[in-house]
Amino acid sequence: MLPTPDTSHVPYQRVYEPAEDSFLLLDTLSSATETAYLARRFGSSIVAPLILEVGPGSGVVIAFLTANARTIFGTSDILTLGVDVNGFACAATEKTVSRAVVTENNSSSTKRQDEERETGTFLAAVQGDLTSPLRPGTIDMLVFNPPYVPTAELPAAAFAPSSSSTQTTTFRQDSHLLELSYAGGKDGMETTDRLIAALPIILSKRGCAYILLCAQNRPEEVKERVRRWSGGGVGEVWKAETVGTSGKQAGWEKLQIIRIWRETNV
Amino acid sequence: MKVLTLNFLTCAVKACKTTNNSFPLHPKDAELVHDEIEINRDLLVNVLPRIDWTALRTTSTELGFPTLPEQPPTAEDLQQDEKMLKELHALLLETQMMEGKLVCGHCGHEYAVREGIANFLLPSHLV
Repeated sequence: MLPTPDTSHVPYQRVYEPAEDSFLLLDTLSSATETAYLARRFGSSIVAPLILEVGPGSGVVIAFLTANARTIFGTSDILTLGVDVNGFACAATEKTVSRAVVTENNSSSTKRQDEERETGTFLAAVQGDLTSPLRPGTIDMLVFNPPYVPTAELPAAAFAPSSSSTQTTTFRQDSHLLELSYAGGKDGMETTDRLIAALPIILSKRGCAYILLCAQNRPEEVKERVRRWSGGGVGEVWKAETVGTSGKQAGWEKLQIIRIWRETNV
Repeated sequence: MKVLTLNFLTCAVKACKTTNNSFPLHPKDAELVHDEIEINRDLLVNVLPRIDWTALRTTSTELGFPTLPEQPPTAEDLQQDEKMLKELHALLLETQMMEGKLVCGHCGHEYAVREGIANFLLPSHLV
């Protein structure tokens, strides 16, 4: 089992604390089936894949992917990136990733050669709304643990402080930042729907996306909707499958992870 | 934020996405830091094909780095060109933009960079 990145430095009063959903992502992305899939897709490529996590929060997932790149992708030549609406989450993510990479590099008893390197290359955490800061067609793998809890209203995105480690926030502002990390509006899908709609634009031709959903999000309908995109481009087939599930009936919050990708049959 | 990141970022304003001037964003008042990182040749060779070279040349010049050749090196060239490998490594992976602004060449919007984090959230009238 791969180590879980240390997030003890993260200010949980304003950044989402790793929970069952985060750990389901770690388990799924490091499972035998998904590592085989990712290695097939990217492991022998001569073009380094660009991995984006949207809403990394503490950074635990993107740190895990970066620190264990070779085990998960079959290559350490990957680039990783995070975009979060919460500036404090961006700062937390940068720290979590760099600590996880240092820990991994120190843990290898003998100094690794280039070709045995385990860790990937983290580029930046950027503050922004979903994929809006990124160039179309650049992302080879996207991971999203969305605000999926159904709520009466979506929290306003109005309060969006620039990150500064010295900046102080009020209790109300902190609560608002945490709300942004879980409150999903109608069916818990208002933010996820926007992200899914952006996938055909932001993903590269070989791109895939892992999205976490809860039962209230109606995952079967979400997958059907994606499959209906097929035929948009010449010989283009969109696929969506469940690749990980929390398994147990944890009340209303039963979780699953779907993988979305396109296959071009030309 | 590593300089390589700038090759993947664009203006967050929807109307700018389809224009050529919105990429690359132009650094302004940039404060850079240099972090020494062990060179990884394979990574650089594998990153090369996904770089927009014209944009990188612009970024490199605007950040005060030596002017890059007009044409990108081929993978074979790069593997044998120790000087170019080191230059690209220093620019793309060792240099971080910590403070300053990134400016869209189309709408002129300035995105602040503070403590290494660029802020692409737009004021409500631009969303």
